Amino acid sequence: MEIWDGHCHISGYSGTPAERVEQMVALADLMGVARLCIFMGSTFQQDPTPEQLRKANDEILDALKAWSSRAFGFVYLNPKHLDISLAELERCVRKGPMVAIKLWVAQHCDTPEVDAIVERAITLDAPIFQHTWRKVSGNLPGESTAVELARLAARHPKATFICGHTGGDWEQGIRAIAPYGNVYADLGGGDPTAGFAEMAVRELGEDRILFGSDIPGRSYGSQLAKVYGARISDTAKAKIFTTNLKGILTPALARKGVAL
Amino acid sequence: MIDVNVSIGTWPFRNLPCADMDVLLPKLGHHGIESVWLGNLEGLFHKDIAGVNARLADQCAMVNGVEALAFGSVNLTLPNWEEDVRRCDEIHGMRGIRLHPNYHGYTLDDPKFKVLLQNAAERNLIVQLAVTMEDERMMHPLMRVEHVDTTPLVEVLAGIPNARVMLLNAFRAIRGKAIDALVDTGQVDYDIAWLEGTSGIESIRKQIPVEHLLLGTHSPLFYYESSLLKLSESPLSDTELEAITTNNARALLA
Ligand SMILES: [Zn+2]
Repeated sequence: MEIWDGHCHISGYSGTPAERVEQMVALADLMGVARLCIFMGSTFQQDPTPEQLRKANDEILDALKAWSSRAFGFVYLNPKHLDISLAELERCVRKGPMVAIKLWVAQHCDTPEVDAIVERAITLDAPIFQHTWRKVSGNLPGESTAVELARLAARHPKATFICGHTGGDWEQGIRAIAPYGNVYADLGGGDPTAGFAEMAVRELGEDRILFGSDIPGRSYGSQLAKVYGARISDTAKAKIFTTNLKGILTPALARKGVAL
Repeated sequence: MIDVNVSIGTWPFRNLPCADMDVLLPKLGHHGIESVWLGNLEGLFHKDIAGVNARLADQCAMVNGVEALAFGSVNLTLPNWEEDVRRCDEIHGMRGIRLHPNYHGYTLDDPKFKVLLQNAAERNLIVQLAVTMEDERMMHPLMRVEHVDTTPLVEVLAGIPNARVMLLNAFRAIRGKAIDALVDTGQVDYDIAWLEGTSGIESIRKQIPVEHLLLGTHSPLFYYESSLLKLSESPLSDTELEAITTNNARALLA
């Protein structure tokens, strides 16, 4: 089964961005993963300044120069710095090789500033990967939940969203995004809790679920197990591992002349 | 291979297919697991823990094709807990017990914990202690349970040189220097169920000698395949692989 990983970071390694991805690719080869989506820089910034955004995106651009055969880049944006973010979107996606957007925890995703980013993303066919987590132990000040992403998605039916970690608390996250067909569930970054993929398939259908690992913070073992170990059909597994992510990235890749 | 971290029974917050022996056993066969060390999730919540342990022993006795070793629960806050230890050993012939101090409400500096370790050592019972059952961010709002604080364990073990404790699901809560202090005792073993990060075994063995690492899956709460896939994520020699998956557990049983 071909595997595309929709959720990877270059932090936690040493060396240049290209050297970091080289280490990731070696592990991906070992675990049977063909493609890696990479975003954010070598150090994570929860509320990045314009300089930090540019640096993070420069690092991904650097890595892509050497690894465009195996990696896709998502541009890291901060809605609090809207003009800079739109400029980064222009630089890295419209004029550059990146194909999607990553939003993390700087600002809640249902605030109006995010609308401007989404509207621009639609014109670029760029999916928006929004981190979401609902923590009973308390969220970060700007951290979004799947409910907030659902609100954003309702306002933008033409945009494509990836619900990072499926809300963390996935039993609630799946319910929150279920009514919105333009929101995809990212399986990555949480524990390999039994039942996750089964509930996602039951409630969202097998076409709206994406494999992601959140490496290197997570183990490939724990993340792949969510699909390999799930009591779902092989067809569903193949869709989650490859077809669905390929489908949502194809329009942006086609704009760059990349055929899959 | 031997899986030292498996449970059956009911989990209050989620339907867990592998909690059912009829689902678990074919899974074990499929993956070439020859032996499992089984606890009963009801042992975390039930006050009639003697009944929980008796049912666990019965269920394990009925298993064919795979060695199912029952690990009874002991709750140190219950009156006459010593009798549960005695029954686990003398009535049920169990090889070990499993502790959940955070769900039962005591800390490891409780004098009873030291008495239990002494008692278990005399009886040659393996002591497993589950540090974590769920990510603290994901718990039911009415059932938020701290990870077990293992800090007092170092001093307790220093007073009982022949005692040994196996920490299950240790690596969410215990990291860095806290691991070093436990490793220095030489009396602590760890299962890999909660080992995260890429190439986790390769990383952790720089801190923990391979002879103290064991295959455990935290099934049924985790997908069974998680820990098995971790074995192929790190470059390990055949000897190291056999130690983690089989021989370290066998040595504890000997
Ligand atoms: Zn991530």
